[in-house]
Amino acid sequence: MHLIRRPDIAPSEITPRDTWLDRRSFLGGAAAGAAALASGGLLAPLAAQAATAPREKLAGVKKSNWTVAETLTPYQDVTTYNNYYEFGTDKADPAENAHTLKTRPWTVRVEGECAKPATFGIEDILKLAPLEERVYRMRCVEAWSMVIPWVGYSLSELLKRVEPTGNAKFVEFATLADPQTMPGVRGRVLQWPYVEGLRIDEAMHPLTLLTMGVYGEVLPNQNGAPVRLVVPWKYGFKSAKSIVRIRLVEKMPVTAWNRSQPSEYGFFSNVNPEVDHPRWSQAKERRIGEFRKRDTLPFNGYAEQVASLYTGMDLRKWF
Amino acid sequence: MVLARLRVAIWITCLLPLARLAWLGTTGGLGANPIEFVTRSTGTWTLVILLATLCVTPLRQLTGWTELVRVRRLLGLFAFFYACVHFSIWIGVDQFFDWPAMLKDILKRPFITVGFAGLLLLVPLAVTSTDAMRRRLKRNWARLHMLVYAVPVLGVLHYWWLVKKGVQTPFPYTVAVAVLLGWRLLVWVRRAR
Repeated sequence: MHLIRRPDIAPSEITPRDTWLDRRSFLGGAAAGAAALASGGLLAPLAAQAATAPREKLAGVKKSNWTVAETLTPYQDVTTYNNYYEFGTDKADPAENAHTLKTRPWTVRVEGECAKPATFGIEDILKLAPLEERVYRMRCVEAWSMVIPWVGYSLSELLKRVEPTGNAKFVEFATLADPQTMPGVRGRVLQWPYVEGLRIDEAMHPLTLLTMGVYGEVLPNQNGAPVRLVVPWKYGFKSAKSIVRIRLVEKMPVTAWNRSQPSEYGFFSNVNPEVDHPRWSQAKERRIGEFRKRDTLPFNGYAEQVASLYTGMDLRKWF
Repeated sequence: MVLARLRVAIWITCLLPLARLAWLGTTGGLGANPIEFVTRSTGTWTLVILLATLCVTPLRQLTGWTELVRVRRLLGLFAFFYACVHFSIWIGVDQFFDWPAMLKDILKRPFITVGFAGLLLLVPLAVTSTDAMRRRLKRNWARLHMLVYAVPVLGVLHYWWLVKKGVQTPFPYTVAVAVLLGWRLLVWVRRAR
């Protein structure tokens, strides 16, 4: 029964993932019929099952010091409860629909205010710097949170290669918007492509992770494959998924959510328990898998590392 | 006889969503955020049953089957029941009896304010739903029960205010409310002429 608080031991620590998957596929057959009835759709559970199937392992991943000692959110929850509006607005939609996303071949164009603009293939990106596993807190603007073992390296590793000029004050991230493979892009929930942005010092901060994997494997499509951003001290929507273009710019980029609803989603969107979303409080959050809400921490618990980036700024104004 | 069967069917149908939640809850089928799932589900079913209640009068007028009005109370009470479950989950599970926080939310968050207002309006209707109360209130009973028209409007508003901009899930419910209230307006205008 999910309503009961989970023990403080991650399931991944009790059962190796492979064994757990074996058991799942064994039970899967028997449960499939019942599950189809439960979800009201016949195809949904099959798609969801494929969506959480094991993926290619990433080799040579080393542990990082940038890791919080908190219980990991189970793989199942990390990969089936997603906001990825290109694949639908319901949390279950991305896991059901994102199988259409083609992640090979994939290139990321890095351009703008830099000396050496370049296009990087995903294979090059995977080899550009040593891959690290970092366990980060993830706080969604909707007041829920997870703890996720991402795999990647600091975005600064990539940005340094193109040699940003003095004019590069901000970084803009554009993500894939393909109406053929992304049903959400055919609708008008947001203006596509989804654009996000960071100030250059935020982008160069070692915590800002260019992410290619999760739980030791390549990213599942619904989590933003093949390459995404993870900025752990900001609300989740700042961490753009399936990135195709990174542009170094002089002016603050117009981001997708800010354009859609400027009163609700600011450019900075640092996790801040004292600044409410206009429609709900940000003081507390529900950690997925837990029953009671927990207090939200300033900068999502990363204040020691990043608060200095904002000295002298009124964070109520620059929310 | 037909009416009795219809009553049984309503009982079963209206208890199914609750049974489904119980079943999903015991089989781990409520997903990553079970509290959100249960809150949304009971909210949706409140709205659906409320709309079913509002269907009774137009159906009666269209079919001429006057007996149909005798299932209206049952439907209305089930809508009230789901609204109470929805509200109780918010109090006891989502907010875990954090009274100051809830009071602040009711006053400060428009979507919670209108949702709460809708529930409050249902209370006098449920209390006066008995035959005895109906006899006692005489003509005022019908006047009082006009309040029911405001509730789905508040419910739909509650829903729109809750979702992110661009999300269209409340749209079908909005259309249904517009049609059902529009029908009444039409009938009323015709009679007035």
